[in-house]
Amino acid sequence: MSPFGALLRKDLRVELRTLRSLPAMALFAVSAFVIFRFGLDRTTLDGGLAAGVLVPTLLFAALLAINRLFVAEREEGGFDLIRLAPIDRTVLFAAKASALVIYLVILELIAVPIFALFFLDSVSGLLPFALVLLLTNIGLAATGTVISTIATMSSARDLLAPLILLPLLIPLVIAAAGAGEHLLASDGPDYGRFGTWLALLGLYDLIFLLVGYATFDFLLED
Amino acid sequence: MIPLAIENSDRYVGGAYLVFLLLLLIYVAIMAAKLQRVQRDLGSLAELAERPSREGADRDVGQIRDREQEIQAVRQGDRG
Amino acid sequence: MDMARALRSITLRRLAIATVLVMGAGYGLAFLYAPEDADQGFIQKIFYLHVPLAIVALVGFIVAGLLAIQHLRTGDSKWDARSYVSIHLSVIFGVGVLLTGAIWAKGSWGVWWEWREPTLVSFLIVFLLYATYYPLRYAIEDRDRQARYASVFAITAGAFVPLNFAAVRAAQPLVHPRTFSDAGGLPGSMLLAFLVCLAGMALLWVTLVRFELTSKRASGDLKRIRRALGGGDGPPSPARSIAPVATSAMSQMRAEGRR
Repeated sequence: MSPFGALLRKDLRVELRTLRSLPAMALFAVSAFVIFRFGLDRTTLDGGLAAGVLVPTLLFAALLAINRLFVAEREEGGFDLIRLAPIDRTVLFAAKASALVIYLVILELIAVPIFALFFLDSVSGLLPFALVLLLTNIGLAATGTVISTIATMSSARDLLAPLILLPLLIPLVIAAAGAGEHLLASDGPDYGRFGTWLALLGLYDLIFLLVGYATFDFLLED
Repeated sequence: MIPLAIENSDRYVGGAYLVFLLLLLIYVAIMAAKLQRVQRDLGSLAELAERPSREGADRDVGQIRDREQEIQAVRQGDRG
Repeated sequence: MDMARALRSITLRRLAIATVLVMGAGYGLAFLYAPEDADQGFIQKIFYLHVPLAIVALVGFIVAGLLAIQHLRTGDSKWDARSYVSIHLSVIFGVGVLLTGAIWAKGSWGVWWEWREPTLVSFLIVFLLYATYYPLRYAIEDRDRQARYASVFAITAGAFVPLNFAAVRAAQPLVHPRTFSDAGGLPGSMLLAFLVCLAGMALLWVTLVRFELTSKRASGDLKRIRRALGGGDGPPSPARSIAPVATSAMSQMRAEGRR
C-alpha cells in the first residue's frame, strides 16, 4: 500500500476507534442550530438566512476537527516518524487533508439533514448545495491542514489556529453562503450566479492545495 | 457649536490627510526612540571596550583597537 | 549580482529625497492641477491618498510573500527580515487605508463604515489576517522555526490577498453597489496626478522598509559586538523580541550551514 494510503487508513482507523472529533463536531452543529433558532427567534429559514446559519456553523464545527488534526502526531511522536521515513513528507499533507475532507463529509451527512428537518421548507436545493459543500470542504481541508500544522508546533496552539484560519476562510464563506442563498430559497433553488460561486470555490481550492503542497515540507523540517 | 469657517468636505479631506501624516509621524517617533537606544548602547559598549573585560582574559591593545574599528564600521555602515 | 549591487547603491538618503520630491509633486498635482470631481466634489481628493495607500499595501503583502519564498528557498535569514518588515509596513499602511476609507465614507455617505465598499471590506479581512502574524511569531520560540513558519504564513496570506479581493467583489450586491471612485476611467489630468501619488506612496513604502531594515541590522550588530566584548546580552528588552534579528554575518553563516 502506498504511504498515502497507509497514513490515511491509520487516521481513519484511529478516528473510528477513539471517536475523537466526529461526535463532537456533530453535536456542536446541532446545538448551534438550536442556539440559532432561539437567537434569531425563527422556526423556518430560507435563502440567505438559511445559508447564513448553516455555512458558519459547519465552518466552526470544522475548526474543532482542525484543532485536533495533529493530536496523535504531537502526543506519540508521529512527526519524528514521518521525518525519518524515506517518503515524501508532502504525503502527510495529502493524507491529513483527505482525512479532514472525509470527516467534513460525514459531518455534513449528519448535520445537513437535521438542519433541513429543523428549518427548511424545501429540500430540492440540497443536492446542488452538496456540490458546493464538497468544494468548500476541500478548501477547508487545504487551508486547515497547513494552519493546523503551524499551530501544532507553536505554544498557543488552540488559540492560534482559529485566529489565523477565520480570515483565511472568508472567501469560502462568501462563495458557499452566496450559493446557498440562491439554492435554499423558499420557492425552490435558483441558479443565479451558481457558476461564479463554483469558480471561486474551485480557484480557492486549487490555490491553497498548491500552497499547502509546496510549503508543507518546510513546516515539517526540524 | 462654533461655526467653523471650514466647509464640511474640506474638513474630511483635511482629516484624512492629517490621519496619514499622524501615522507617519508616530512611526518615525517610534523608530527615533529605537535609534536613541542603539546610540546609548553603543556609548556604553565603547566604554566597555576601553577597559579590561570582566572575564579577566588578557586582552591586548590590538584586540581592543580591532573592536573599536568594528564599532566605527557599524556606525558608518548605517549612515548610508 | 549586478542588480543587487545596483539596488544597494540606491542609498537610504537618496530614497528619502526621491520620496519627498515625488510625493510633493503628486499632491501638488492632485490639489492644484487635477480638476474637482463632478460627482463627489472636493471630497474626492481623498482618492489620491486612500487608493495609493491601498495599492501599495496590497502589493507590499504580495511582495512579502515572494520574499518569504526566497527565504524558504535559500534559508538565508535576511529574506525573512525583509519579509517581516514588508508585512509590518503594509499592516501600518493598511491601518491608514481603513482610517482614510472611513473618513471618506463619512464624508461621502454620512456613515463611518460601508459594507458595500469592496476595498474597505477586503482590507478589513486582510488586516485581520495579517494581524495574526505577530502572535504567530511570538508563539514560536525557536528562531529558525519561527522564521520558517512565518514564511509559510506570508506565502499563504500573499496568495490569499488577490483571491480575497475577487471574493469580496463577487459578494457585492449587483444592485446599488456603493464604491468609492476607482482608478479606471479617469480623465487625463486626474490620472496623471493619481499615478504620481501612487509612485510617491510606493517610494515611501520602499524608503520606510529600507529604513527599518537598516535599524534592525544596527541593533543586531550591536548585540554581536556586545557579546563579543563579553558584556553579555545587555539589559533585557521589555518584551521578548519577535522580530527577526538581521545581522549581515549571522545570515551568511546560517545560509552556509544549510548547504
